[in-house]
Amino acid sequence: MVLSEQDYQLIAEIQGGLPLTSHPYAEIGERIGLDEQRVIERIEAMQASGVIKRLGIVVRHHELGYTANAMVVWDVPDDRVDEVGEKLGALDCITLCYQRPRRLPDWPYNLFCMIHGQEREKVLAYIDKLVNSEGLNTIPHKVLFSGRRFKQRGARYQ
Amino acid sequence: MATPAIIIEQALKETQQPHRTRGKIALNDLEKRLLNEYQKGLPLTPTPFADIATALGTSEALVLKILDRLQELGVISRVGPVFKPKRVGASTLAAMAIPEEKLERVADQISAYTEVNHNYEREDSYNLWFVVTAPNQQRLDAVLQEMEQQTGYPILYLPLEKQFHIDLGFPLWC
Repeated sequence: MVLSEQDYQLIAEIQGGLPLTSHPYAEIGERIGLDEQRVIERIEAMQASGVIKRLGIVVRHHELGYTANAMVVWDVPDDRVDEVGEKLGALDCITLCYQRPRRLPDWPYNLFCMIHGQEREKVLAYIDKLVNSEGLNTIPHKVLFSGRRFKQRGARYQ
Repeated sequence: MATPAIIIEQALKETQQPHRTRGKIALNDLEKRLLNEYQKGLPLTPTPFADIATALGTSEALVLKILDRLQELGVISRVGPVFKPKRVGASTLAAMAIPEEKLERVADQISAYTEVNHNYEREDSYNLWFVVTAPNQQRLDAVLQEMEQQTGYPILYLPLEKQFHIDLGFPLWC
């Protein structure tokens, strides 16, 4: 999708959040000289093309006690990566699922997924359960919980 | 006569407001439903919050008040779009195995790069994990090389090959 100058103006207005008012799209439109219907159409188009992944409430789970953040890495046979990746990626509590290269001999893992929970034990139990339910018993995996956050800066769209 | 929405609103006022219990914020049922059901799919209608209120059986005023308050408490960062990372430029996940006593010093060295936006510890022999973003592959390679020279430790270079899931938030029962 090619974004117009007007789309970039719209992005600049909405990326920090919609106004929490009765007619947020009309209000955004007023700031940049677009009518409400046009604002809605452009946001729809950006969603359809994938520029916008989702539109909704952006929750800071950490503040709600979701501090047990596990990266689970799997050493999946190459011919099963797509199958396993799609299975894992479809689960509610898995937020990211990526294939990355192995770096042998130090790093044999080629599939990475992220799981968030309130307690470490519950996250581990969830992983055990999914290993069984998804038939992943033969696939070696390792769980890396996060520790200190040295730097975190949200990416902004420019 | 009070409408059902107003009765709900008053009941909520009198009972549970979001509050912190030992640093953790407790949510009432309406707040949980709001957060579980609207991390994606905010209505693209002239009055999205009124439409959410109708779907949840409450009032627009209460929905807006809850969102305001949760934003104030830092439970939500915004109600708005999450953009797909721009596909221009080059980026990668990277990891290093650093002896515990040197971890903080090396972490500071890595964080100092403007090309790094996330940098955190994980419990593993590979204990330092970070994301590097650069305008192009050449610059990315140069930054990684400079990091290795500066810190004296090799970097595990783990660029994205395929994505199986896009981040759509996650429900609070996880």
